[in-house]
This record gives sequence, structure tokens and C-alpha cells, in this order.
Amino acid sequence: MTAITMQSTRPSRSEDPAMSDAIPAKIHVQDFDFYYGEAKTLHGISLDIPERQVTALIGPSGCGKSTFLRSINRMNDIIPDAHGEGVIEIDGRNIYSGGVDAVELRRRVGMVFQKSNPFPKSIYDNVAYGVRIGGKKNKKELDEIVEKSLRRAALWDEAKDRLHQSALAMSGGQQQRLCIARALAVDPEILLMDEPASALDPIATSKIEELIYELKENYTIVIVTHNMQQAARVSDRTAFFMLGKLVEYGETKTIFMNPKQKMTEDYVTGRFG
Amino acid sequence: MQRHFDKDIEDIKDLLLRMGAMVEDSIAQSIRALIERDTRLAEEVIARDDEIDRMELAIDKLTIELIAKMQPAASDLRFVATIMKITPELERIGDLAQDVCERVIELNREPQLKPVSQLPQLAESAQRMVREALDSLVNGDADLARSVIQQDDVADALTEDSFRALLTYMLENPRNISPAIRLTFVGKYFERMADGATNICEMVVYLVEGKMIKHAGSENR
Repeated sequence: MTAITMQSTRPSRSEDPAMSDAIPAKIHVQDFDFYYGEAKTLHGISLDIPERQVTALIGPSGCGKSTFLRSINRMNDIIPDAHGEGVIEIDGRNIYSGGVDAVELRRRVGMVFQKSNPFPKSIYDNVAYGVRIGGKKNKKELDEIVEKSLRRAALWDEAKDRLHQSALAMSGGQQQRLCIARALAVDPEILLMDEPASALDPIATSKIEELIYELKENYTIVIVTHNMQQAARVSDRTAFFMLGKLVEYGETKTIFMNPKQKMTEDYVTGRFG
Repeated sequence: MQRHFDKDIEDIKDLLLRMGAMVEDSIAQSIRALIERDTRLAEEVIARDDEIDRMELAIDKLTIELIAKMQPAASDLRFVATIMKITPELERIGDLAQDVCERVIELNREPQLKPVSQLPQLAESAQRMVREALDSLVNGDADLARSVIQQDDVADALTEDSFRALLTYMLENPRNISPAIRLTFVGKYFERMADGATNICEMVVYLVEGKMIKHAGSENR
């Protein structure tokens, strides 16, 4: 394997054509390292993730993309001996500085996982779960939030007549959209998606992709995917990770038509190895 | 790492190069038929244009299959886009060689006109540009492609010069009008071949550098 000898991979905003137009950065990452115990798994990651855009993280297994994704809402905090160094700012505030409440952070930064993980409760209770924990108990208010969230997740029509039936009776694709609805119910600003469609059939995948496209109107979305075509279809910007480093980051069309780095070229064309 | 569809890409390249070689040969034979007033040779060139057409269809089929099966990205995507733009250019150049031969057959039924020195120069220029365009494609040589693009101005100037010479012949004697008009067409065909070579070279630059220089103006090429 060739050694990665990249300098800082993040162009300054003035050099980066896609960032120079007025889209503000929702997430600013500067020289971010991550360690599992002694092992350094992310090396000096720097990038700006624009607001209300879809940013795809791609790279081979073990490249650090999921670790990076989970760093954005500090999900890695729960892993013993793991810690991050450097800056990840959301709206200008470093989420790794003292005084940031991880629970409140995760409300603002929702997450959807590879395998849908509905609670063994009704559809309604799944969506209302986080809101109730947050202290809202008023039924009318909850009804409204459940409906709005299910609508935003493009699930309302399929779920409205069975709201009090078990979520586990839904199909895999519906369960995944339910998890998205559950994440949306607490009114996040950012949605992190870790291979959200990898366990779904093409029709359910297509629904999730359409949903992502609609959701970006209101949310900043960061998605990890192993499916190159999916990254090309759904994202505005793509970041290619390799061996814990950010090799290339840019507009998705550039990454898939004319990448600057040979390593990116080899990866997106499947020549890797 | 070798990928199984690398063989498909090689097959497409191979077919395109065979088609390119046939087109080059058609140009060479059309020039010979013109200079030597060889009707039989002209008929041979016309007859084998069908083979070039069949190759175009075969390349189209393989390229579309490649898109469907492998959904190419990056340099593979640029390769496929380039092939899809270059193949019809080559086919068109083959058609133009056929057009030259059709005019040759007509010219051979009429008295011979005085030679127009610019016309063989133009023909050779077009032939060289097509050959070098194909070389630049085979070798992924963007510098050669750019030098071919620059030669297009020379071909245009030779077309204009040959037209002026032919116009003089027409003014000198109305009996010259018919063959001179046919030769004006022939000049235009060669000039269009040079344009085709230029278009191919623009795509070679895109293939190699990812930069679309078509309609870009000389300062951005």
C-alpha cells in the first residue's frame, strides 16, 4: 500500500469553489485526531460541512469514516479509552470543549444507523419517545409532532392507520424511515446517517434517497455509504477517507468525474487494491 | 488491481482503433482516387463505408452495455463519454471520404481541370490531423491533441485558398464551373475532416485532463 503523503487536504474557502458561494459551514472541523486507546485512527481531519447540504463520507472499511461521523455527535464518548483531539465546531462552538452537554448535542445532531433499530413499542411511541424524555407530555402537542415527523420521513400515509401497532411489524424500509422520523421528532439541525440503506432492497433504498434529498431543505446531512452510486446520487459534497486521513474533499461531481488525487480515482473506479 | 470490465474497456478501445485505421485508410484512398482519377478505387472506398458504420454500431452497443453494467466513474466515465463523442466523429469522417469519392466519380466523367495545388495540401493536412488525433487518443497525449487543434487554422486557410483558385477557373471559362464546383465540395469535405479531427482532439484533452476545452476560446485551451 502506498503511504499517504498528503498535506492539509482542506482548501481554504477562497480556493474551494464549492465553498466560496454563500453556503455557510454548519460544521467546521480543524486538525481533528481520534484515538482508540493508544491507536490513532483519525489524523488531522480538517473540513467544513455546509449547512443544508448532503455531505457523503466514503472510503474502504476501516478508513475512519464512521469514527469521524460518530465524532460529530460525540457518540464515541461511550467507548472506553477513546478520545478525540482538535476542533469540531457546530455553529462556531467546539463540541469537545467543556460545558457542552452531550445529551443536548445529540438532540441537535440526530443519528440513523445501518440497521434500523425501532424500540419494541408502537409506531407512535417510537416517534414520541425522545420528545417525552425531553419533557413534553401534552397529547395534542405530541400528536402534532408525531404526525409532522412521520410526514417529513415520508411515512405518514403508510403509518397513519396503524400508529398504535408495533413498529416491529413494519417492513425493513419502513422501520428505517421510522427511525428517521424518531430522529426528526426532537427537532435536530443535523442528521448523521451511517449506511442508512445498506440493508434495504432497491425500492426501499430509493425511498430513503428521495427522503434524504427532501430533508436537506431543512437539515444538514452527513452520510456514510459504501455504495458509490448512492454517494453520487444523494450528496452535494463528498469526502474520501483512507487509513484515517482525509484524502480528498470536494463537490461530489468533481470527485466522481475528475478527482484530483490518484487514490480517490482508484477508489471510485474500483481499481483499489 | 485488474477489474473484469477492464477487458470490456480494452475491447472498445480495440474496436475504435480498428475503426480509426479503416477511416484513415479511406481518407488515403480517397486522396489517391482524386489525384489519380481512379473511379474503381473510389467505388471501393464507397463500398466499404458500410463496414465503418457497422463498427460504429458495435462500439455504441458495447459502450451502452458498459454504462449499464459498471456505472463508470472518474477516468472510466470520461473514457466512456469520450468514446461516445469520438465514434460518431470518426464515422462522419468516413462518410466524408465516401463523399470525396462520389465527387471523384462525377469528376472523372468530365474533362480534367488544371490542378489546384492547395487541394492535395489540404487533403494531406486533413489526413495527418486525423492520424495524429487517433495517435493522441491511443497514447493519451494531450499535448499532441492541442497541436492538432492548432493545425485546424492551416486547414481552413488552405480551404479558402483552394476555393479562390477554383473561383478563378470558373471566371476564366464557364465550362470549368461544373468540375470546379465539385472540387469546391471536395475541399469542403477535407476541411470538415480536419474539423472532425479537432473535435476528437478536444475530447482527448477532456479524457486526459478532465478539462472541456470545446468552445473555450484559444486563451482557455
